[in-house]
Amino acid sequence: MELLLILILGLLFAGGVYLILRRSMVKLLLGIILWGNGANILIFVLGKITKGSPPVIDEAYKVFQDIYADPIPQALILTAIVISFGLTSFAIVLLKRVYALVDSDDLDDLNTPEEEDI
Amino acid sequence: MLFTVLTGLITSSLLVPFGKIIKTKWSILLPVIPITLFLFFLWHVPVVANGTNVMQHLPWVPTLGVNFDFRLDGLSLLFALLITGIGTAIFFYGRSYLKGHVYFDRFFAYLLLFMSAMLGLVLANNILTLFVFWELTSISSFFLIGFNNDSKESRKSAITALSITGLGGFFLLAGLVLAGNIANTFIISELFAQHDKLVSHPLYPLIVGLVFIGAFTKSAQFPFHFWLPGAMKAPTPVSAYLHSATMVKAGIYLLARFTPVLGSTDLWNTTLMVVGGVTMVYAAIHALFRTDLKSILAYSTISALGILTFLLGVGTREAIIATSVFILVHALYKATLFMVTGIIDHETHTRDITKLSGLRNVLMPVFIAALLAALSSAGLPLSFGFIGKDLIYEATLHYEENWALWLTTLAVITNVGLVAAGFMAGIKPFTGKLPQKFEQVHLPYKSMWIPPLILAALGFIFGIFPGITGDYFNHQTANAIAGENTDMQLKIWHGFNTVLILSLATLAIGTVVYLFNKPSEAKLKAIERLNKISPERIMMSFGQGIKRFSVLYTNNIHNGYLRSYHLKIILFAELLLAYKLWLGGPIQIDYENLTPLSWYEVGIVAILIGALYIVVTTKSRLTSVVSTSVIGYCICLLFVFYSAPDLAMTQFTIDTLTTVLFVLVLYKLPPFINFVRREILIRDAIVALLFGIIISLIALRVLYEPNKTEISDFYGENVYLLAKGKNVVNTILVDFRGIDTMFETVVLAIAALGVYSLIKLRLKSSEKE
Repeated sequence: MELLLILILGLLFAGGVYLILRRSMVKLLLGIILWGNGANILIFVLGKITKGSPPVIDEAYKVFQDIYADPIPQALILTAIVISFGLTSFAIVLLKRVYALVDSDDLDDLNTPEEEDI
Repeated sequence: MLFTVLTGLITSSLLVPFGKIIKTKWSILLPVIPITLFLFFLWHVPVVANGTNVMQHLPWVPTLGVNFDFRLDGLSLLFALLITGIGTAIFFYGRSYLKGHVYFDRFFAYLLLFMSAMLGLVLANNILTLFVFWELTSISSFFLIGFNNDSKESRKSAITALSITGLGGFFLLAGLVLAGNIANTFIISELFAQHDKLVSHPLYPLIVGLVFIGAFTKSAQFPFHFWLPGAMKAPTPVSAYLHSATMVKAGIYLLARFTPVLGSTDLWNTTLMVVGGVTMVYAAIHALFRTDLKSILAYSTISALGILTFLLGVGTREAIIATSVFILVHALYKATLFMVTGIIDHETHTRDITKLSGLRNVLMPVFIAALLAALSSAGLPLSFGFIGKDLIYEATLHYEENWALWLTTLAVITNVGLVAAGFMAGIKPFTGKLPQKFEQVHLPYKSMWIPPLILAALGFIFGIFPGITGDYFNHQTANAIAGENTDMQLKIWHGFNTVLILSLATLAIGTVVYLFNKPSEAKLKAIERLNKISPERIMMSFGQGIKRFSVLYTNNIHNGYLRSYHLKIILFAELLLAYKLWLGGPIQIDYENLTPLSWYEVGIVAILIGALYIVVTTKSRLTSVVSTSVIGYCICLLFVFYSAPDLAMTQFTIDTLTTVLFVLVLYKLPPFINFVRREILIRDAIVALLFGIIISLIALRVLYEPNKTEISDFYGENVYLLAKGKNVVNTILVDFRGIDTMFETVVLAIAALGVYSLIKLRLKSSEKE
């Protein structure tokens, strides 16, 4: 399964990079989301995946009785997901604003003022 | 001595707020500063004449070895007197020359800045302090050349001068730091004792080369000479002060100062002789073809600087004495000629010698000054220039036998050129018939023609009574350059010998050249055709090359296209990562320890890959957004299978929210348009796949590494005991790392604020453009 996950994360990164290299702002944003997902899986895989034993202590006990999944990568990923949501939501609204202003989601259209400066 | 340097600097900065006052009659206060300083240094003459060095030490940045170490010896004193003495003349002169100019205050602020910097330069006993003042003189010179800032030519000349002298400054700094490190001291007077150590060091040629570039650029030696004629765009008082009498001699000062430290080697002497020799002959001949008065003077100044460099290269006792005398001779007559030129320009509004004639009828006192200066420059007996010329010939004639003849020939050619150039500038405009249009010309303010007259007269007073300068400072100057005691006595009369014959012959040939050489536009044009191969052109095209390179660089690297930046950053990251991976050796996979696969997992992975394919290829915006959320849900399921319930819940919520937001906000957007050519798509796909592969390989490599779980174990064991929680992930987030999570919430709150204000923001219709 690890190998399959590594394949997936490689593909997610590749897809993310490919979309980031496009001109459309929406694609850029989707690329960043894909990239973020890939990074999450990367952290997940590196923390040694374990099946069916979440890091939660049973009702009856006060310490772990059995092996359990590594909690640290999970804590990290959780933070990452939440923060990337903050980023994504802001970017989406910003994108809408830009679209309302310039009537385009083409990144090149945003360049014009800068070129005039030169 | 610190106050001599600081007075000018402080006054200069005071002129910024109080500039208005100084434009009124209070401007009479300005020359007080150079006069005071001049008297101060004059007062030190007897002290220094006894061979005492006045020292002062004040810590500035002691940790870096940069201190206000000042030292007044013969060489410094000569320069300090020149700076303040000629400065006094220039301050009086400039006050009238620029009367009523809008930037009157600014001019004197720059001039004071320059004077202080130059004083600091010649008084500094610490090579780093010396460098700081060295650069300050370049900067003030830049401002003064570009003083008429509405003229394109002025600005261009200012930039040329700054880039040449500034570039030289960098080399000089490198040379000085190297020398200081080898000798283990930055104090100049302590460097003298390190001469043998420095000269035998393997880096000696490098140090000398770097110091030479610094000196040659500053003192306009071939092939860096071309900034000086351009610098004549500055107001004439500046040309007289900076670009003939003082600043351009900073390079000579540096060479003289470092002669006892780095000199007396074949490399040192030969280079100086060759560079100085080429410069003096080249510039002396060039001067004869100019028609602009200031151009003539600029080229003859370059030639004179060449002579000084050459003499330092000859390096014998006589040559050093000749150097010390010629510095003073040249400063006196050249400053005079420049001031005379300024008066002519001021009154007739032309500097073209083909148009000027007969001005003696209207500008008599100016003519006397010019005549005296021209005669001193020609080396007429009884003038100070005569003594200077004598000493030069004596120095070349007494050089090693095989070379004496050649060196003397060069000196004669140069001096013939200088004689003729001096006559052209000092006599030509005043002789002949007065054209009608100049009949209205009248004498300017006294403060404009008295200073040049005094300087020119000094040129003869010193000539008739050579003991004045000889005993008091030329002697000590020569000692400072030679680094040992030299006995010398300046004399008016050396008897009938070869030197006298040479002097008179020079004078005669120079006069003949002056009479027969009629400068004209046509000749100037002919000479200028040679400019194609001049160092100036080479330097300019070098500059153009840099410009073209930066345009190319900007267009390719910094082109304003976000995706192009991304591409470069990713490619670079790929190269770096691939290199590190390759260094790590082959990748091993531990098949035994892998978690077994089940069929539903394969199914989910298949769905994920399919969705990914759709996101990348689809033309519909909605499809791509929905497919992205499918990917998120697949990952969510994987989290469920692999013991991460918290992650699954978060991923599910967030993914749903993102998708809803996306669709709500962006449903109006048009479908994707494909602008890009196929080849670019393929290129990007290759880059992207390569990136994915590299990341996967890194993951594989890390997978094989043994897992360290101390931290996880700590949390696992203490989660209930310390935090009274049973879900480890939750406890880490809200308890063990609670503050982190709090700040994360703050970040989210800020993002939410941003989102809210963006939605609420109503742009006015005008801003919508």
